[in-house]
Amino acid sequence: MKYTSDVLFHDLNVHAITRAHKRARGRKAMHRTIGKAGLAIAGAAAAAMVLSACGGGDSAGADLDPDADLSQQSLTVSNWAGYYPEDLGAQFQAAVGTPMTITNHATNEEIMAKLTAGGDSGIDVAFVSGQFAQALNEAGLIEPINPEFVPNMANLYPEAKELAYDPGNAYSVPYAWGTTGICYRSDLVDEPTSWNDILEPSAENDGKITALATERWLMLPAQKALGFSANTTDEGEMEQVKEKLIAAKPGLLAYDDTTFYSRLVSGEATMVVAWDGWCNYGTAENPDIKFVVPSEGSDLWADTMVVLKTSENKEAAHAFINYILDPVNHAWVAENILYKVPNAPAMEAVAGLAADFPNMGYTPAELLKQEGLIDLGEAGPMYTEIATEVTSS
Amino acid sequence: MSKVGWLRLPLAVTYAFLYIPIVVLVIMSFNASKTPFVWTGFSTKWYGELLNNELIREGFINTMIVAVSATILATALGTMLAIGIARYFRSAIVEAYSLAPAIIPDLALAIGLLALFSLIGVSLSLVSVLLSHVVFGMAFVAAVVIARLGQTDSSLEEASRDLGASAVSTFFRITLPSIAPAIIAGALLVFTLSLDEFVVAYFTDGPTTPTLPIVIYSMVRFGVTPEINALAALLLLVSFTIVLSAQRITRLTDSV
Amino acid sequence: MSPSEKRISGRGATERRALSARAVFAGPGLLYVTLFMSLPLLLILVYSFFTRGRFGGIVWDFTLDNYGRAFEPVYLKVFGTSIVIAGITTLLALLLGYPTAYAITRLSPRWRTIALVLVVLPFWTNFLIRTYAWIILLNSEGPLNSALLDLGIIGAPLGLLYTPAAVVVGLLYAYLPLVVLPVYASIERVDRQLLEAASNLGASRIRTFVDVTLPLTLPGVMIGAIFVFVPSMGNFVVPELLGGGKTVMVGNLIRDQFLEARDWPFGSVLALFVVFLLVALFALQAAISRRINGKQVTRV
Repeated sequence: MKYTSDVLFHDLNVHAITRAHKRARGRKAMHRTIGKAGLAIAGAAAAAMVLSACGGGDSAGADLDPDADLSQQSLTVSNWAGYYPEDLGAQFQAAVGTPMTITNHATNEEIMAKLTAGGDSGIDVAFVSGQFAQALNEAGLIEPINPEFVPNMANLYPEAKELAYDPGNAYSVPYAWGTTGICYRSDLVDEPTSWNDILEPSAENDGKITALATERWLMLPAQKALGFSANTTDEGEMEQVKEKLIAAKPGLLAYDDTTFYSRLVSGEATMVVAWDGWCNYGTAENPDIKFVVPSEGSDLWADTMVVLKTSENKEAAHAFINYILDPVNHAWVAENILYKVPNAPAMEAVAGLAADFPNMGYTPAELLKQEGLIDLGEAGPMYTEIATEVTSS
Repeated sequence: MSKVGWLRLPLAVTYAFLYIPIVVLVIMSFNASKTPFVWTGFSTKWYGELLNNELIREGFINTMIVAVSATILATALGTMLAIGIARYFRSAIVEAYSLAPAIIPDLALAIGLLALFSLIGVSLSLVSVLLSHVVFGMAFVAAVVIARLGQTDSSLEEASRDLGASAVSTFFRITLPSIAPAIIAGALLVFTLSLDEFVVAYFTDGPTTPTLPIVIYSMVRFGVTPEINALAALLLLVSFTIVLSAQRITRLTDSV
Repeated sequence: MSPSEKRISGRGATERRALSARAVFAGPGLLYVTLFMSLPLLLILVYSFFTRGRFGGIVWDFTLDNYGRAFEPVYLKVFGTSIVIAGITTLLALLLGYPTAYAITRLSPRWRTIALVLVVLPFWTNFLIRTYAWIILLNSEGPLNSALLDLGIIGAPLGLLYTPAAVVVGLLYAYLPLVVLPVYASIERVDRQLLEAASNLGASRIRTFVDVTLPLTLPGVMIGAIFVFVPSMGNFVVPELLGGGKTVMVGNLIRDQFLEARDWPFGSVLALFVVFLLVALFALQAAISRRINGKQVTRV
């Protein structure tokens, strides 16, 4: 779903964020220290995990080898561009001993196309949104997660273990989660309260609005404004959604799921449909940029880590997931990407971020009020067709 | 000349249209500003940043692997194909069939190749991109070499064959030297084509080995940045140099 | 053996040699084209008659539904939009490309080469970068808008980017060289004697152009038009980057079937449409140019 900021914007963001952090009572320096110390701990923790796994013996899930020499394996991970700390690969290798390559995808769709094309994609661990993990599982392309090899799963919020697309985290482990709302320039417009502020913009905002283009999030504002489920497969409801979105199109500057926050910074747009974490990049550059979840409610999305069936490095893949779920590492991730992570101790460690980025302070209970996205199954093509009808209208 | 003075207008409009965007892009690559379309001052720092960009470096290496291999394969296959067509087949249908990959819509070719690789279980990787690039690269080489063969006198080759030389030895002793410039020009064209090719690579490349155009595509989708301006300027320079050399080489032979 | 017999047997040997030379030289290339062009295209033809797999790929249940779907209003509309946008692009390319090609034929040989190289040069550069250049140029804060503002031509920045017009400009920029070249070649081929004859007979220069040059260059014009029209229909990058996702063309539709919907059979139908469009237009061009060439012969 999110492409987060590209590496190109990455530097710029890091600088802006660092600035924001300095304003926030020099917290950044503190976190960095935590980060450094934490890496050492993480390394030890990973080693301990491997040792404890050795003791574990009979693994319930896949036939993973507890004695596997992780330094003899290598990992290729595909994540969204800019959705991870820049030196994640190097830090993981230092801690666990497995050389790692991180490749980037721009969208769920892009990586899904490569993973479902047949053959070996060469990827061990892929980052995809929950509903796509669900589809990959149904397609038989991903490996069940063996919890014995991921003891840090204990750090997940209980709520994050029961998400609709994969209750019990049988084949996916959440990496980040959040909701979708309106990111806006509080100095230029009043706080939007309803999805209709986007769908039926006032005269002064006409043509200064962007909407997300990927199917599920293209539909979301209209689905919620009309009081429907974000997972609805009812043709009558979707017909109304379609009508509403077609009527909203003339008010849009563009469909945009990659550069919307920079359009707010430049003033090209005043309100954009945005994922919470990504709005924070705008906030870091201009504190007048704020995020709100409209009163009609929104979705709860989760971006997950999955292990591919074709992977020949499944032990290392599990070790990587476990490494991420380490509280110090996951806090380091959250701090870098400014998205919430579903890791209780990690979120406690970065609680201070909520001062500058209020949506970092959303609690799991608040998130759970929103509707969890699941795969649409046979209704998938209907969504694509409606998306085509809307964007081509 | 005064008679056709008005004809300067379309020339002026066309060249302005073709080159103003390129000139603006090159100028903006020396822009100090972070906003790539607002000029604030002269700087070469984005070229430096470019060299430090890991993604671009990897993309460049992947692209070079594909482009160099595709050039070698496509040039060898395309040259032989051209000789086969121009000297032995002399059939318009065979010629059209051989050159079709250069004309067929790239998107159709791309998804066809994706379907093929998927069906026979070839994992998407730089190899699948290479196989795909060779098919239209070969057509371009064949087109250039066929054109050259059309201009050269085939009587020498016939004499060589009549004197009992084998087709292969005739090829190496007579044909090859006379068409060498066209082969080099064709090779240079394949190289630029492969270097810049996006659509087919987008569909047939594996996720772990993006080529430079794929990297550029995802960069551009994330918005405009001064680094892309610098990269664009460099790539323009490379393509211009290669195409102009190809042009010079073929022209040299024209004057011979 | 009589001399004639000798000649015949000699010819037989030559023919055998030629046959094996054919195989040696053209064989690998033709095999390659067959494997990596014909086979893929054949495969999407086959796929177009079967059912989509839920996760991409194909389920081997025969169906004609994929073809039926192409006639649903939503897709007909996309075809319509694509034809209009590609059509306008083609028209503009001809309006600009024809006079340019004509002007180039009137240059001295030295300048002619330089002029042609300058037309082709941008075509060989990275297509994404050429498209990207227009994002810079057309941006509301970009050079074009600031120039117009500074000159006092406009009072406020124009919303140039993310419009169908921006898509047309991007496509025109991408494919203009493909019009100039074939048109230039066809003008170059027009018999000068024919033109002289026309003017000797008292035809005005405009009459000569309309009655002689234009019809004779029509085949080249058609080739140029096909080279712009068909790739424009199949382009998904320009509508996405310059159209802000608000303009959908056949190319976007095909891309989306493979990426978003994972509906390979329907994507195959759409891709075949573009291929058949190309083939049909070439056939039309061939028929027309045969008629024109025939006429030329009878006239002379």
